[in-house]
Amino acid sequence: MADCLFEVGLEEIPARMIASAQAELAERLESLLAEARLLASRHAVASYSTPRRLAVCISGVLLRQSDVQEQLTGPSWKIAFKDDQPTAAAAAFAKKAGVEVPDLQKLATSKGEYVSATVHRSGLPASQVIAEQLPPALASISWAKSMYWRKGKPERFVRPLRWMLALLGEEVVPVEFGGIRAGHVTHGHRILHGDKPIPVPQPSAYLSVLESAYVLADVEARRQRIRKMLDAETRLQTSSVSGSRWREDHNLIDTVAHLTEWPSVIAGTFEREFLTLPEEVLVTVMRDHQKYFAIEDASGKLAATFLAVLNTEVDRVGADIIRHGNERVLRARFNDARFFWDTDHKIPLAERVEMLKAVTFQKDLGSYYRKTESNIRIAGTLADLLLSAGLSLDKSGLLTAARLAKTDLTAELVKEFTELQGIVGGLYARAQGHGEVVARAIYAQYTPASTGDVIPQTIEGQILGIADRINTIVDMFAIGLEPTGSKDPFALRRAAIGVIKILADSKLPLRLGQVIDAAIVAGERRDVVALKTRVAGFIEERLAFYLRDVRGFAPAIVTAELATSHNDESLSIRDSVTDAIGFAEDLSAMRGSADFVAICGAFKRIKNILRQARYKGEAEAGNVAPLMLQQPAEIALDARLNELRGKFQIMIAERRYRDALVLVASLRPQVDSFFESVMVMDPDPDVRKNRLALLAEILNYFSRIADFSELAVG
Amino acid sequence: MPLTALEPTSSPSTTSLSFQDLLFRLQSFWAARGCILQQPYDVEVGAGTMSPETFLRVLGPRPYSVAYAQPSRRPADGRYGENPNRLFKHLQFQVILKPPPANIQELYLESLAAIGIDLRRHDIKFEEDNWEAPTLSAWGVGWQVMLDGLEITQFTYFQQCGGLDLDPISGEITYGLERIAAFLQDVDSIYDIAWSLDPLVTYRDVRFMDELQFSVYNFESADVSKLWEHFSLYEGECKDLLAGYQEDFSPEALHKGEHHDKKHESLLGGTRDDVAHPEGSSHAIDSAKGRFPVLPAYDLCLKCSHLFNLLDARGAISVTERVGVIARIRGLAVGVAKAYISQQNVS
Repeated sequence: MADCLFEVGLEEIPARMIASAQAELAERLESLLAEARLLASRHAVASYSTPRRLAVCISGVLLRQSDVQEQLTGPSWKIAFKDDQPTAAAAAFAKKAGVEVPDLQKLATSKGEYVSATVHRSGLPASQVIAEQLPPALASISWAKSMYWRKGKPERFVRPLRWMLALLGEEVVPVEFGGIRAGHVTHGHRILHGDKPIPVPQPSAYLSVLESAYVLADVEARRQRIRKMLDAETRLQTSSVSGSRWREDHNLIDTVAHLTEWPSVIAGTFEREFLTLPEEVLVTVMRDHQKYFAIEDASGKLAATFLAVLNTEVDRVGADIIRHGNERVLRARFNDARFFWDTDHKIPLAERVEMLKAVTFQKDLGSYYRKTESNIRIAGTLADLLLSAGLSLDKSGLLTAARLAKTDLTAELVKEFTELQGIVGGLYARAQGHGEVVARAIYAQYTPASTGDVIPQTIEGQILGIADRINTIVDMFAIGLEPTGSKDPFALRRAAIGVIKILADSKLPLRLGQVIDAAIVAGERRDVVALKTRVAGFIEERLAFYLRDVRGFAPAIVTAELATSHNDESLSIRDSVTDAIGFAEDLSAMRGSADFVAICGAFKRIKNILRQARYKGEAEAGNVAPLMLQQPAEIALDARLNELRGKFQIMIAERRYRDALVLVASLRPQVDSFFESVMVMDPDPDVRKNRLALLAEILNYFSRIADFSELAVG
Repeated sequence: MPLTALEPTSSPSTTSLSFQDLLFRLQSFWAARGCILQQPYDVEVGAGTMSPETFLRVLGPRPYSVAYAQPSRRPADGRYGENPNRLFKHLQFQVILKPPPANIQELYLESLAAIGIDLRRHDIKFEEDNWEAPTLSAWGVGWQVMLDGLEITQFTYFQQCGGLDLDPISGEITYGLERIAAFLQDVDSIYDIAWSLDPLVTYRDVRFMDELQFSVYNFESADVSKLWEHFSLYEGECKDLLAGYQEDFSPEALHKGEHHDKKHESLLGGTRDDVAHPEGSSHAIDSAKGRFPVLPAYDLCLKCSHLFNLLDARGAISVTERVGVIARIRGLAVGVAKAYISQQNVS
């Protein structure tokens, strides 16, 4: 048994791709060894990475596969031996198995007698298995973007391969890939160590060898080190200001950890006058453009200091040079931002509405001016619905926000920092005296940007967010630009999830059908009915995704809930996001009830019976004729059904879904005894038809809220 | 200049490399590493990549290493000489290594030492930055090289150019000379860069007037309808040439022996008699092919590209039109690339 170490050295891997590639390489090597029976039961896998390398170290690797005996089964005995004499088939099988004909055995199975052979396979050395199987495993690592670099284009990888290190114990494993043969050396930090290769005597020495060459190969160790140094520099910078801290940013920590092999931190300062710029602008420049950490005081206000993470370690002179360089860059960027901020204010947002005529939204849909007009109409419709439902909101503020929402697309600051669209509009609106309702709605119009994001905090912001997104979706569907397969160039799926998430988290009493209608009537549309069906289908599919993948409901629950036919939209649970979530919770809870599970099983049985009846050409079941019911169990079931009908109807109307489910479960005794004592497929066609009608009635009646058969167990 | 002068200095404050010294050093550095030194291409381009020394030379199998400075004109980036960091015309130093050697990154780092950057006292990172040029139907993967937080170089492995897959690929290193000079000289404005030290001539002295006047022209006075006219003239001629090449030398044309089309008789010149016979030697066809003006067709394509940039700066191209015009230029670039490759196969 030995440790196995594999490292692939590359030109700088994109930071965003490293974590998954590191995990994938480790998984591929481990499963390769496992499948080759080369892993001891107690083995351990550790993986490492820096911008220039991916590595995996597995302890508990067997040096050689054990020998195995395999029983191969061949043709049937009758074919292989005629009159006890081997036929050509026997000879061929023996040859294939690598044994002599006399060594063939007879194997008795339930299907008859077969020829079989016992084959001894001697195990291969681990080194040979790894050398053969690792290169294809390496080649199949998936990259967001990869490249060719060698003449003849023999392979693609994320960046050119520069070295490989492969050890099994102290021995080199002769892995070859990308024109490189693995050796026993690695490489240190480009600048701090230089080009000289460094031998790694055995796998366990890997981390310490690299550390002596200024490489911390363990990503978590780099994260820790960066955090510590950020703390230390913050203390140094702000010793006089108590409570100061660097602003936590997990994503940025990850990014800089993947950009460095030997991280260190320096602090720099910028002119205090820049602090008059909005914090959002300062932070965007620092974080997104320069990958700097911001420092804030105890009250959360930004300090005129930044922290930069370096991929080196320098003396005092070097630190001064690097600090000076970073400060220069930041100052230039802040100067740009301030210039744009000042010039943008020369044309107030209100005057920019007209300028939107020149900004194309989509070539067949016209300008953002036109989109703004329909956004206003939709926002107005939704506001009226909510006002009449008794909610309070500032409708005129909302409409102003809708009118100004897109105007920041004409602002220089947004052209420079596109990630600030919306935010800049909100800030300008506030600075130009439009008030908090307007400013906050504009500011938050693009949130939530992802399922983990928060929704707009004001009701006006929520309405604007819904209106803008549903407008885009309906517009795009109207000109046939709906998403297909993996193609979703206008991010309509994300827009739909945005609508759903805003409705879910805000609990605004808006139904999806109402929202879609508001958008459909806001523009000139043709084939309105077909358009609505397509959009509704798309939103419903997104709702299923949301319930399943974002809220974590079981797939069967989501299918059961959404597979109902909704003839009556206003009664349909899935037309309301909050109802759909509540109902999915109810269904999940009911799965703990034995009666409910049994009823679901019965619904599945009913479905099958009806399907088979149809298949056999039985006439479509019509209404139940009560006088035709003969046996006590069917009479009781029909009576129970009639008894529950009214209650069920009321519960649905009052959205008491949990009670409705309990009610459905309460059918179990009558359903059970029906199936125990009644034969549905009676020889008398009329009786048969009537029983089928009764079952169909039960199925259809209750399936209006969910397809319970989906929840049957087994 | 003695080679010892190339030794790295310890801090930028002690470095006073003039703008032209910076260029000299990069040129000598790459010349000493096997690059042909070319001069800037004399047709307006938006980037060093568009020079035929890059766009065409990276096509096909022949190895090629070249370095050159290239003034790159981006009309929309003009700021009337008022912005300390933005220019209508900036100078790129472009290095093409085809195929890229395995130590290309190390060579690049050595070149930084050659211009006085002591990497032991700086922070250098290679951060992902992929390159794509829709007008050239070209793309590659690579990095922006960050020095103390400043992007000083674009480093790209070309994968496709003119719509053609590259084999071998090329490594492209593009230095932003103004940025690097401002960094080395520690000045906050490009216009304060010392172009030469003795006598002291600044970037402002040399360049301010054309930044100002070209900004006025690009944003205010360029005649939009004439620009469109120029565009269609250049486009038309480029297309005609490409069509002519197709007519004469596409595999189908050669097969039919129709490569003596009258329209191009004059181009075929002395070989006309040979070519006139379908059974004419392949040598004659090759030399006729070699004479065909594909390179001028590329100049015409570059003209279109620059006119597009001018129209864009004038605000004369709507977003809708934009895609279409880009596609027209791409059509030309792809056509030139195909003809160029076909011509390369001659010998």
